[in-house]
Amino acid sequence: MDATPINAHSGTPGEPIRANYLNVNYGLKSWLLTTDHKRIGILYLISITIFFALGGIFAALIRLELMTPEGDVVSSEMYNKLFTMHGVAMIFFFLIPSIPAVFGNFLIPMMIGARDVAFPRLNLMSWYIYSIGGVFTFAAMALGGVDTGWTFYAPYSSTYSNSNVALTAVGIFILGFSSILTGLNFIVTIHKMRAPGLTWFRLPLFVWAHYATSLIQILGTPVVAISIVLVALERLLKLGIFDPKLGGDPLLFQHLFWFYSHPAVYIMILPSMGVVSEVIACFSRKRVFGYPFIAFSSLAIAVLGFLVWGHHMFTSGQSVYAGMIFSVLTMLVAIPSAVKVFNWTATLYKGSVSYQAPMLYALGFIGLFTIGGLTGLFLATLATDVHLHDTYFVVAHFHYIMVGGAIMGYMAAMHFWWPKMTGRLYPEGWAKFAALVIFVGFNLTFFPQFVLGYLGMPRRYHVYPPEFQVLNVMSTAGASILAVGYIIPLIYLLWSLKYGPAAGANPWQAKGLEWTTPSPPPPHNFERTPVVTEEAYAYESKPYPEEAEVV
Amino acid sequence: MDQGIPLFPEAASTMAGKVDALYFFLVAVAVFFAALIFISLTVFALKYRRRSETEVPPSIHGSTPLEIAWSVIPLGLVMIMFAWGAKLYFDAYNEVPPDAEEVYVVGKQWMWHIQHANGRREINELHVPVGRPIKLIMASEDVIHSFYIPAFRLKKDVVPGRYATIWFQATKPGRYHLFCAEYCGTGHSKMKGWVTVMEPAEYQAWLSGGVVGESMEAAGERLFNQLGCNTCHRADGTGRGPSLVGVFGKPVRLLSGETVIADEAYIRESILNPNAKIVAGYPSPTIMSTYQGQISERGILQIIAYLKSLSKEERSQ
Ligand code: HEC
Ligand code: HEM
Ligand SMILES: [Cu+2]
Ligand SMILES: [Cu+2]
Repeated sequence: MDATPINAHSGTPGEPIRANYLNVNYGLKSWLLTTDHKRIGILYLISITIFFALGGIFAALIRLELMTPEGDVVSSEMYNKLFTMHGVAMIFFFLIPSIPAVFGNFLIPMMIGARDVAFPRLNLMSWYIYSIGGVFTFAAMALGGVDTGWTFYAPYSSTYSNSNVALTAVGIFILGFSSILTGLNFIVTIHKMRAPGLTWFRLPLFVWAHYATSLIQILGTPVVAISIVLVALERLLKLGIFDPKLGGDPLLFQHLFWFYSHPAVYIMILPSMGVVSEVIACFSRKRVFGYPFIAFSSLAIAVLGFLVWGHHMFTSGQSVYAGMIFSVLTMLVAIPSAVKVFNWTATLYKGSVSYQAPMLYALGFIGLFTIGGLTGLFLATLATDVHLHDTYFVVAHFHYIMVGGAIMGYMAAMHFWWPKMTGRLYPEGWAKFAALVIFVGFNLTFFPQFVLGYLGMPRRYHVYPPEFQVLNVMSTAGASILAVGYIIPLIYLLWSLKYGPAAGANPWQAKGLEWTTPSPPPPHNFERTPVVTEEAYAYESKPYPEEAEVV
Repeated sequence: MDQGIPLFPEAASTMAGKVDALYFFLVAVAVFFAALIFISLTVFALKYRRRSETEVPPSIHGSTPLEIAWSVIPLGLVMIMFAWGAKLYFDAYNEVPPDAEEVYVVGKQWMWHIQHANGRREINELHVPVGRPIKLIMASEDVIHSFYIPAFRLKKDVVPGRYATIWFQATKPGRYHLFCAEYCGTGHSKMKGWVTVMEPAEYQAWLSGGVVGESMEAAGERLFNQLGCNTCHRADGTGRGPSLVGVFGKPVRLLSGETVIADEAYIRESILNPNAKIVAGYPSPTIMSTYQGQISERGILQIIAYLKSLSKEERSQ
């Protein structure tokens, strides 16, 4: 595409400058005091990218150390801090907020035809809370780090660790409120602010997925906040809660922690599932197969997800009968996940499939999530989990879900809605190439870890027996490819901000109210409140929706 | 590294083969479904690729029979996984053969202390005979550790404040990795060692060779006297506390009216927290003071071994 000078933010060359959310006002203050959900989404995008980069650097150092069986790059203390800080940055500060805080914020009001979320100022406050939590955790890292693992198991964390546990705990505690408030905001927004005619079963599945996610956020997050505070109290005041020497019970911590953190894994994956539904529909030009089944499976996952936490404790010494109940419930939660995968696949059937970058990421999501989910069954099966628990098999499983699944979904969202958010197109060829690099790098990094796990290599090992080296070297090689795969989009997306061709309102000819606004959208999204007269994804009703059926 | 890429671990216990069989079943199901999805995705994506910019695909809402089929069939399969896995889990964790030989294990940052009944001690090494059930009674001095022998497909967390027991029967002589699988601090990855499986005769020779100190029972008896337990717990029952002869493994009536079995956990609790359960007929709060901080986990295990021997003697008389 040529780079004829185009009007900074409006789209078509020569058009008079149109007010949009980016150009209504300038200056740092206008961003730091904004209550526009779109700008808050961008603020989150910047913050979580910083944590993603930080977590990525920690991961690179971990993989570098594991190239050889001996501990030769860093000390054991340092290694333990690296994997802890990697987990904390990636899970709490990147993946949990990622899609909801960036794309959920940006898109939910637009998808339901609203001017903003229900509580715009609360929304801005959530970002500040996130940032304050981030500063505490960042300080904990800078002042020497923390070495408990992202799971903070007591009594190691509460009594024995000599690292900055309390400071990190405070950071995560504060962060939790940001998550709770965002969830609350979304629930009220979805209940109260839908455009006329937009009934529940006309909502895009992205909105359903965020509804389910928000429920988990407000019900689960307080529990992890409490348990982390209890760790801090035991550390600072020697209250006997988890340490048996003080009269506490270490397993109590695990119950509390996983009561939140298992559902939290669904906080990380459900939004991606919502993204995939949107993208698959658009690039097949077809409505999503089995819409109500996908919508309800999100809710089923949200509810059942609260009943399976004990599958992280099969070897902990909890009663074998409790183990059996948690095993059978975990098996049940796999079914709604499988239902989604089958429905997405069936959506392609008789579709009109094109393979632009967002679609490649979405297809990648389906493939990798399938492997992640299927290997979850190995861990839900009691006898195999006794062998596999706390080995690299678990590490591979959750990276297939969280990196292969959730981050693929995040990348799909980024490529799908980037033109809407910025008004610019990115170079399609590079985007496809990056998708391929990420896919290859990812599998090379994490597939060998399944094998390592069944061989018996424990996780969180700084030094390991030499026979595991070949597989570890493969994994490190994959990780370097993966890193390149993530850096390429960073470059071309930034490049597109200045040099990308104008995107126009609807570059993918997608359905959905967000595509009926110009790109980037005006400050208040819609000139007039849209009226919805059809279901989501009615691609058959009008092949080229310049304007959706709105009044 | 000279054997190339290892793909499968050695199997050296009666449980290992059973877990592997289940694992192969899981792999088969996983490969089938992964292939089903990948092939369908590829076929659909190619067959229905966009051929013209104006094509309008048919509108398909879904299919209830299909939804039922792809919920119910996987449900049946996962229930098989559950039942099969639960059976083996129960056998591995709960069905300890009564004739199993007991070995005591204490985990502490960052080593495994192991003591055999006859007193032979080892660190980060465990010698066991082939073909005989072995029961491990494990405790932790500090944080959570996890005793893991991949070749036996067996692992159990060793949580401070409680006993963990597992059992296994080795089937193949050899040396196998022993790992701590639960992250326990700086030296976690160094908390590992070897399990040596030996022919029974060789094992007997090993057991009586080396520096054999006093047996677990004898050490327990010595501690029992040293700590003054014997002043209250006299064998003839004339002390201020109950006689502990024949108590182990038997039901004890408590002041609260409940009855509990005097197992390892009960003895440990009686020593560290004597007020938790008071024997019927004795005053509350109890006159026995806590030994928390005065006795190590290893010491408690030795006293338990001693009390066990008192029960055995009684039975054989
Ligand atoms: C001051 C006397 C005293 C001393 C010293 C003492 N105990 Fe006790 N112990 C008692 C009394 C009284 C009871 C019964 C009431 C109760 O359950 O606490 C008892 C109960 C027990 C029980 C439960 C017995 C049962 O029949 O269920 C065990 C086991 C035990 N003590 C072990 C020990 C050991 C081991 C030591 C030494 C480390 C020890 N005691 C030292 C007084 C004592
Ligand atoms: C599809 C069904 C799934 C099943 C049956 C399943 C099953 C399990 C089980 C049993 C464990 C515990 C393993 C162990 O520690 O021994 C586990 C661990 C884990 N799973 Fe899943 N899982 C599924 C999906 C997911 C999803 C969707 C996510 C996240 C987005 C996820 C993330 C994780 C994480 C983070 C851990 C490990 C946490 C840790 O120990 O650090 N899983 N999974
Ligand atoms: Cu879980
Ligand atoms: Cu350890």
